[in-house]
Amino acid sequence: MTTIERGTQYFVWAIAGFTVVFLMTPLVVTIAVSFGSSTVFTLPPPDWSLRWYERLAGMRGLLPALLVSLQIAAVSTAVAMVLGTLCAIALVRGRFPGRETISTFLVSPLMLPGLVIGIAMLQGFKAMGLRDVYASLLVAHVVITLPYIVRTVVGALSLFDFSLIDAARTLGCSYPAALTRVLVPSLAPAFLTSGMFAFLASMDNYPISMFFTDAWTKTLPIQMLQYVEERPDPTIAAISAGLVLLAILALIVGDRLVGLRKMADF
Amino acid sequence: MTTKAAPSAWRDPVALLAAPAVLYLLVVYAFPLLWLFMKSLTGPGGLTIQPYVAFLSDPFNWRVVGNTLRVAAWVTVVCFVIGYPAAFALARAGAVLQIVMLVSIILPLSVGAVVKAFAWQIVLRRDGIVSQTLVGLGLWDEPQRLLFTETGLVLGAANIFLPFMILPIYSVVKLIDPRLSEAGATLGATPLYRFTHVTLPLTLPGIVSGVAFVFSMSVSMFVIPSLLIGDRFQTLATLTGRSFLLMRNEQLGSTTAVILLVLAVSIVVGSTWLARRIGGSQT
Repeated sequence: MTTIERGTQYFVWAIAGFTVVFLMTPLVVTIAVSFGSSTVFTLPPPDWSLRWYERLAGMRGLLPALLVSLQIAAVSTAVAMVLGTLCAIALVRGRFPGRETISTFLVSPLMLPGLVIGIAMLQGFKAMGLRDVYASLLVAHVVITLPYIVRTVVGALSLFDFSLIDAARTLGCSYPAALTRVLVPSLAPAFLTSGMFAFLASMDNYPISMFFTDAWTKTLPIQMLQYVEERPDPTIAAISAGLVLLAILALIVGDRLVGLRKMADF
Repeated sequence: MTTKAAPSAWRDPVALLAAPAVLYLLVVYAFPLLWLFMKSLTGPGGLTIQPYVAFLSDPFNWRVVGNTLRVAAWVTVVCFVIGYPAAFALARAGAVLQIVMLVSIILPLSVGAVVKAFAWQIVLRRDGIVSQTLVGLGLWDEPQRLLFTETGLVLGAANIFLPFMILPIYSVVKLIDPRLSEAGATLGATPLYRFTHVTLPLTLPGIVSGVAFVFSMSVSMFVIPSLLIGDRFQTLATLTGRSFLLMRNEQLGSTTAVILLVLAVSIVVGSTWLARRIGGSQT
């Protein structure tokens, strides 16, 4: 090893170490505080305790908000999966003009400010006569989840070798059977991973949801922000730790299904 | 995928599969955005730019625009300074270190902004980790509060947006053949010359998209400034949110929302054009 190579090695380690520590700080701090006994966020905590988790059950509004978020995320992801997959098939298999434009259009909600989308929808829905909070949230969240599905399924479909379906048919499979036994299994990883991340994006959304909630129907992030503003205490860290756990599970499943490196593709 | 569309392409029945999603987005997303835009330009007497003139003639609003752009610029600079070398470290790291880095980059992406901003409220306190570390290193004489300061906001936002700088740069860095730089060295180029003439130009497309991502997200962030700096410091996004949710001033809110929209669209379009131009000149 030359001096330059050794120097490069140390440089890589130093930068990598700093980046990992910096990026993980908020997550580690949240978890540490949630298991600490201190009420004033002392770090490291003077003593470990589960008191903040015990208090979760008594938090007013927490369970309803969690349920609303889970339902909205699940239903909007399911709708987006149907719409998104159909559209992805058209984009990959179709021979019509404007496919590039359509795919940019479908992914564009990820690139525009959520706040502005929320305001536009708020006024648009009003004009269309949609006033129900729950329905508005649902309709809005499909727009949040759709880009995740389209992006990943288009990617997976364009790597899929469609001659395999012809091969299966030659070997005696009917067309629907060929689809379910050849296409579906090979797309399943991309499908599940994109669904998972779409679900999380919906669960975590704040800037669009905030225009569609009222005193009775709140999503989890909206309710959490209200707790932070009213009385910040480590109970919020306990809720956060739950959400971090959900993200860790998604990461593990995603790694098993498509691999960590593939998930880093931009 | 490769064949050019035939004239009869509109009769391709597969195209119909795209219709539900496209129609859905047109009705609930594109139409409202367009409507917001049009409405901001129409007054009682037809086409008008009066709301924008009124907005820009108020010195307070200039401060808001200044705050927005200044904070976004600082966040982008901090992200770049950390993210550029980090992308190289990620590409050159050994297998285990690479996995650790990837986890720490991807995991925070699926954790919401409310959770991370709340964590930064704890980190930036007077007795928080940043303050303790800086005092421990002897850089600060006594603990200071960074929460509710502009520095604190920039630090927290840079942390939250850093993955969006690292990943696009990493995606071009991992394609660079290390032998290129070695070839330069063999031919007698100094490390600095090799960097500015070989490595930097090759990574430019990644830099452009990373900078565009981070800058446009910083311009439109809402939750992070609400939690880390508070109401006394207004940006275009927080002013937009406030005018709809608290002040019930939809006129002002629509004007600032359209300004944000135009900023975001021009950053996306501009950076795509720039990246294509740079990419095109290299191949």
